[in-house]
Amino acid sequence: MSLPKPEELARVNYQPPARGWMEVKPDFRPGTYCNAASPKWLEWIDYPYPRAWSVADEDWQLPQNWKEIVLEGMEDRLARFRSLKLFFDICVRCGACADKCHFFLGTGDPKNMPVLRAELLRSVYKRYFTRIGKALGEIVGARDLDEKVIKEWFYYLYQCTICRRCSLFCPYGIDMAEMTLLGREMLASVGLNIDWALASVAQCYDKGSHIGATPQAFKDMIDFLAEENERITGIKTPVSYNRKGAEILFVTPSGDYFADPGTFTLMGYLLLFTYLDLDWTFSTYAAEGGNFGWFVSHEMGKRLNAKIYHEAERLKVKWILGGECGHMWRVCNQYMPTWYGQVPSFLEVPVSPITGTVFENARVHKMVHISEFTADLIRHNKLKLDPQRNAHIKLTFHDSCNTARGMGIFEEPRYIIQHVLPEGHFFEMPPNTIREKTFCCGSSSGINANENMELRMQGGFPRANAVRYVHERYGVNHLGCICALDRATLPTLLQYWVPEVDVTGITELVGNALVFEGEIERTTDLRDRDLVGVGEQEGGEEEE
Amino acid sequence: MNFTQRHITVALAAVLGLIAVAYVGVQGNLQLLFGVVVPYLALLLFFEGIIYRVIKWARSPVPFKIPTTAGQVKSLPWIPRTLGDKLDNPESKAWVFGRMALEVLAFRSLFRNTRTELVSDPKFPEKARLVHWSYKWLWLGAIAFHYAFLIIVLRHLRFFFEPTPQPIALLSEIDGFWQFFIPTFYLTDIIIVLALLYLLGRRLANANLRYITLASDYFPLFLILGIVTTGILMRYFFKTDITAVKQLVMGLVSLKPVIPAGISPLFYVHLFLVCVLLAYFPYSKLLHAPGVFFSPTRNMPGNNRWELHVNPWNYPVKFHPYMEYEDQFRDAMYEAGIPVEKEPETAEVEEE
Ligand code: SF4
Ligand code: SF4
Repeated sequence: MSLPKPEELARVNYQPPARGWMEVKPDFRPGTYCNAASPKWLEWIDYPYPRAWSVADEDWQLPQNWKEIVLEGMEDRLARFRSLKLFFDICVRCGACADKCHFFLGTGDPKNMPVLRAELLRSVYKRYFTRIGKALGEIVGARDLDEKVIKEWFYYLYQCTICRRCSLFCPYGIDMAEMTLLGREMLASVGLNIDWALASVAQCYDKGSHIGATPQAFKDMIDFLAEENERITGIKTPVSYNRKGAEILFVTPSGDYFADPGTFTLMGYLLLFTYLDLDWTFSTYAAEGGNFGWFVSHEMGKRLNAKIYHEAERLKVKWILGGECGHMWRVCNQYMPTWYGQVPSFLEVPVSPITGTVFENARVHKMVHISEFTADLIRHNKLKLDPQRNAHIKLTFHDSCNTARGMGIFEEPRYIIQHVLPEGHFFEMPPNTIREKTFCCGSSSGINANENMELRMQGGFPRANAVRYVHERYGVNHLGCICALDRATLPTLLQYWVPEVDVTGITELVGNALVFEGEIERTTDLRDRDLVGVGEQEGGEEEE
Repeated sequence: MNFTQRHITVALAAVLGLIAVAYVGVQGNLQLLFGVVVPYLALLLFFEGIIYRVIKWARSPVPFKIPTTAGQVKSLPWIPRTLGDKLDNPESKAWVFGRMALEVLAFRSLFRNTRTELVSDPKFPEKARLVHWSYKWLWLGAIAFHYAFLIIVLRHLRFFFEPTPQPIALLSEIDGFWQFFIPTFYLTDIIIVLALLYLLGRRLANANLRYITLASDYFPLFLILGIVTTGILMRYFFKTDITAVKQLVMGLVSLKPVIPAGISPLFYVHLFLVCVLLAYFPYSKLLHAPGVFFSPTRNMPGNNRWELHVNPWNYPVKFHPYMEYEDQFRDAMYEAGIPVEKEPETAEVEEE
């Protein structure tokens, strides 16, 4: 499939079809959906109804009693999640959420208005679980569950990145993300899954990380990045793996160690930890912070998340430090202690060994965000930083949806940015597109498969559009973020819409700026790009 | 008939039908039915339905703490948090109370509303650009409608008490401070009509909104318009015997119903529509009124990391424990110098 040109995709048509939405059926056009999961992954994780099917097929080989399964699943979830029942009952279809979804803004497809995406599920709820829907049918928005409806669920529930921007604007806080997740659970209960997500889940489950790296491969990759650090800075950044008795277990998403530009962020972590002489370890077993399980079900999310505390207990660490990641942190913040069911008492309340700061806000959770950790260091003047080494970077910051609307971490990364960048090199995107109102990268929640590229570029259009604005206006050439998934998806997105802008993690900038005793004279940043002014004058160390 | 026409027609026909039913019924001397039986029935349905729903919601668990965090979370003590941050990402129950109060009384989330438009970019003639701007009209329309409605309902309380309580009399006086007409002209009457027309008009004018609007959305709008119109007609144009109306209402309230003579059919139509609204309420989207208090994205503090939230149906799940993992990879781990719990016996089994 060939991807249309940006100028073609940018011509979004917001005119809805003439026929009512119940009659319009999704058009499974290549480029706008993810492939069906291969049965092997389902078998790995005991998921129901593994079979070889294809989205493009007429027959999805649903189990005979699929309808009962889905309806029972809905009944069960209505009983277990107040959110679902409430969100089904109280939407007034005011449309405040409609133009908030990046998929609607990017595709113009009215079923991508969160209100209508929810209505796809709600219509079935009304038909089978409410008196008025049973009595009046279509006129109150109720409809029978049939194969066409389930296909529609599949299509549109995998056109939602669970970013919950809609929830922010809804007067009742109706959260499509919550419904999407529950809807995906129901789809999975009849064996409808997407390959990219399920492959990642199975690999995380079995090996450690979503790319399925074996322990030795994991170690190789990270050792290689440590060598890169030494080559560029002259500083050895030793790494320990599965080391019992370390003070801190460090967990980061795999995006940080297997693909650029995440790797540069990982080099930044290693430099930072070495600089501090931190007593920390990686685990090859709890080797994935990103929780891909949560993209398919609450239960699968828990099955993967369980590994982190399990490993922390085995290694007898005191607390856990978490890397830059969006959905990892949303899961850690909203679910982790609840899933565990009690305060993990084998851990201690996190204390920074460098500054002595007690992370009171992680008293129960026992896990600290790297941005909190670094901001605290800077605040206590524990880092010698040379912002001039980032002088080639003009940065704007992308709040990842998950850390924004699922956690509320806005100031820490900005505080770090202000200390590692020269003054006047940081520019915010327009206010309606950042912080809690931030736009999604368009590819999260398991739908960043390559076969889904057209949808991804459409979904990321609002984000890219705001980046383009600061690029044109201020000459911004880097988009910073604290999310590994962003570092995986945004480069592709920006390559398409704003090719002049690169993506960077924040700890990468910290790594660039950190001044070590005994380091070799730095001529490049961690990406081997020349520093500003190198060759003209001695070193980049003089601060102005 | 297309989707929109069908849904509007059904809703409009339903309201007109209801009006006709009440009118014809009263002409046929069914005052007892429309003046006593139906109001009691409607109240019963209203309370039964609401209580049933609310109990159903309240009894279903909130397994996870999932507030939408729309402001800086409480983290390091020196990280600045504005009042807005505290209200939009509440750290404790007290702040949640503030958040909910703002939500319920001032429609906070709707106030945040933005509009997005695709405009062509002069610098890239063939490319387009999205612009987002703050958009307060929906907030204004909604808040005008709800507050006008509230005041009107409160004003009506004077039919329920003898003598009229002081605050209600005062409210009516303030509302009617524009004394251009006789009888006193109520500001809220005009506000509610304008707000309703706006809310209806936006549904019709915006193609995407029209696309999502169902008969069950038009119906309450038409119904309330009907109620308001009959009320206004009665008040300003076709006067009905107010004393008789009060007698009827007081009879209903004191459970000694009477049907006084001299009440116009218009009043019965008005009353009947109100009854339908009451009865319809618990089975419809109007439930958003009690529902907003239960919304887990709004009514919980964002304090997950320092206060444990318990899921009542939490259950153990199968995961891949470390020892199984080591069994899988022991030799390779050993060879790569990664610590293992058990030394490998031989170096034969290898994966990949
Ligand atoms: S903003 Fe909320 S109530 Fe309004 S249409 Fe969207 S989900 Fe429904
Ligand atoms: S959660 Fe995000 S992607 Fe999903 S419907 Fe809401 S705004 Fe759209």
